[in-house]
Amino acid sequence: MTLILDGVSVRQRGETWLDDVHLELPNGMTTLVGPMTAGKTTLMRVAAGLLPPDSGRVVVHEKDVTGISVRKRSVAFVYQQFINYPSLTVYENIASPLRLDPRFRKNEIDPRVREVAELMGISDLLGRRPAELSGGQQQRTAIARALARPVDVLLLDEPLANLDFKLREQLRADLKTMFADTPGVVLYSTADPNEALTFAARTVVLGEGRVQHVGDVADMYAHPPTLAVAATLSDPPLNLLPGVVRDGRIEVLGTSFPAPRAHATGHDVMLGIRPHQVRIARDGPGALELPAEIRLAEVTGSATFLHLLLQGDRHLVAHLPGTQLFTPGETTVVYVDPAHIFVFDEAGGRLLATSAAEVDLHG
Amino acid sequence: MTAGSQVSGEVVTTAPAEPQETRADLKRKDNRAWWLVLPVVVSVAFTAIIPLMTVVNFSVQDVFSPSDRVFVGLDWFYEAVRRPENREAFVRTLLFSAQVLLVEIPLGVAIAVAMPRRGFWVSAALVLVALPLLIPWNVVGTIWQIFARADIGLGGWTINNVLGIGFNYTLDSTDAWITILVMDVWHWTPLVALLAYAGLRSIPEPYFQAAQIDGASGWATFRHIQLPRLRGVLTIAILLRFMDSFMIYTEPFVVTGGGPGNATSFLSILLSKMAVGQFDVGPAGAFSLIYFLIVQVLCYVFFTVLTRSGR
Repeated sequence: MTLILDGVSVRQRGETWLDDVHLELPNGMTTLVGPMTAGKTTLMRVAAGLLPPDSGRVVVHEKDVTGISVRKRSVAFVYQQFINYPSLTVYENIASPLRLDPRFRKNEIDPRVREVAELMGISDLLGRRPAELSGGQQQRTAIARALARPVDVLLLDEPLANLDFKLREQLRADLKTMFADTPGVVLYSTADPNEALTFAARTVVLGEGRVQHVGDVADMYAHPPTLAVAATLSDPPLNLLPGVVRDGRIEVLGTSFPAPRAHATGHDVMLGIRPHQVRIARDGPGALELPAEIRLAEVTGSATFLHLLLQGDRHLVAHLPGTQLFTPGETTVVYVDPAHIFVFDEAGGRLLATSAAEVDLHG
Repeated sequence: MTAGSQVSGEVVTTAPAEPQETRADLKRKDNRAWWLVLPVVVSVAFTAIIPLMTVVNFSVQDVFSPSDRVFVGLDWFYEAVRRPENREAFVRTLLFSAQVLLVEIPLGVAIAVAMPRRGFWVSAALVLVALPLLIPWNVVGTIWQIFARADIGLGGWTINNVLGIGFNYTLDSTDAWITILVMDVWHWTPLVALLAYAGLRSIPEPYFQAAQIDGASGWATFRHIQLPRLRGVLTIAILLRFMDSFMIYTEPFVVTGGGPGNATSFLSILLSKMAVGQFDVGPAGAFSLIYFLIVQVLCYVFFTVLTRSGR
């Protein structure tokens, strides 16, 4: 089974929501990651058949299904909101797609409902209505509904986004094992880079309605091919500082470091620094020194987020381990190892130099 | 460098908890709120409770003139319940309310489902549907009194001369009843439709998409997605339409005046004849108190049944 989006574009109200998307999704799980308004939901709705594309084709299992109504397709969809039939019990909610599926005979429905409920851990809730369930249980029911009958394409649109932190962690772990033996194409979208990294599946990075990159998510994290990919996969957000190449060195905010690759003098570059690579103490020779003013220190317990103001009104966030206390308004110096700096082309956003030190993360 | 130092293993102590407040403390504090409620209490007493007490006062006396009154106890209440005229009017009114609910609720929901969900036609449909609601009761009565007339009314004339059905609401009791019922449906179904439409609009789009993906039919979508979501607004619609139709006065007063015979003499018409026409304030007082109680009890029953079956 494969799902192919062939040159799919969607334009609504004069805006381009999807721009010439080419994707080939094989059997198994694929993660779709991108910021809000990247076009994730639109892409999923096109793949499901809920939204006809303005141009391009949708091909499932070598069959063009572009014009075919969603009613006649073999798809299931899980929404960010918990969508269940409010008047039906959990049991009936899970059974309803099976009752409408001619492949299921009457006596097969009951065992299948119980099997899926068992899988999702909601066996003891079968007699309740959705309004009597917690958010996590409602979403488990919705996912059970989607998993109940085998489909060619299973789409999950940010299914964990509306759940609180602990439930999200728990359900994510359950889903990972569950998708391992789901037949058909599973496309899972998320705006949370950590979620994409946790699933460690094939990943499509979507940005501004275009496919930015497709590949292994850990590879992409270690060697982001473009600024957009690096920014999408970085949480907390990637720090960006403008620099310029001069005589084999990259100058940034009054200091400089050796350019990893030869570039013409005067070439404008954008430096990407992950917050956890910023240090408050020198931990090796050759580190880039950046004088800064402390603006704010957010303590979460296991980590401290230090907001800094650099020269030229540039902001920088440092992600430091543990609880550390700072006084806002004081000045300090922060250090960044040049090996951990991504150098992007200012004009096109392509990665010009990759940092050697990040590679070991993959292994 | 002025970096901070790492904090580790520090025990955080909190201030000792304040002694718990006793019940008496809480009670004393709450009393101030009564001053905020006072203006409402005064105005409700002045406009509703005191006038109602006047009615209670009348209901236990036989009033010949303001200075000549006789205390009669509960006689007027017994008489109000016993009088066949009153009993007939009660059954008539109950039947009318039941018919109003049976027609207006499904029709209003059907109109709401058929109304467009987005685009230019939304406002057009809303204005069109809301139009009857903007017309005063007595004007609605006048419009229908003329419209349904067999000789000069467009509706009545069409039924008689185009459809060939004999129709005259001034002579035939069934025709009069149908005229009043159709008029009420015309006037008040829009209210049900607007309430239901508001309820339908609040259903998120993904519900409909999910039903589509399941391959659910239009009826199943309505039955399992739209109808459950309408429970709240329909409870309100049923209560409003019941109370209003059970107390209907102006329109039948203008169109038929309660006739022909007593065919459209609803409780309110009978009551106003008694109180204002014949000036029998004693029986009318007792009668209106019973009327008031019936409305209260039926509303309570409706509300309890409708909200309980939801759970």
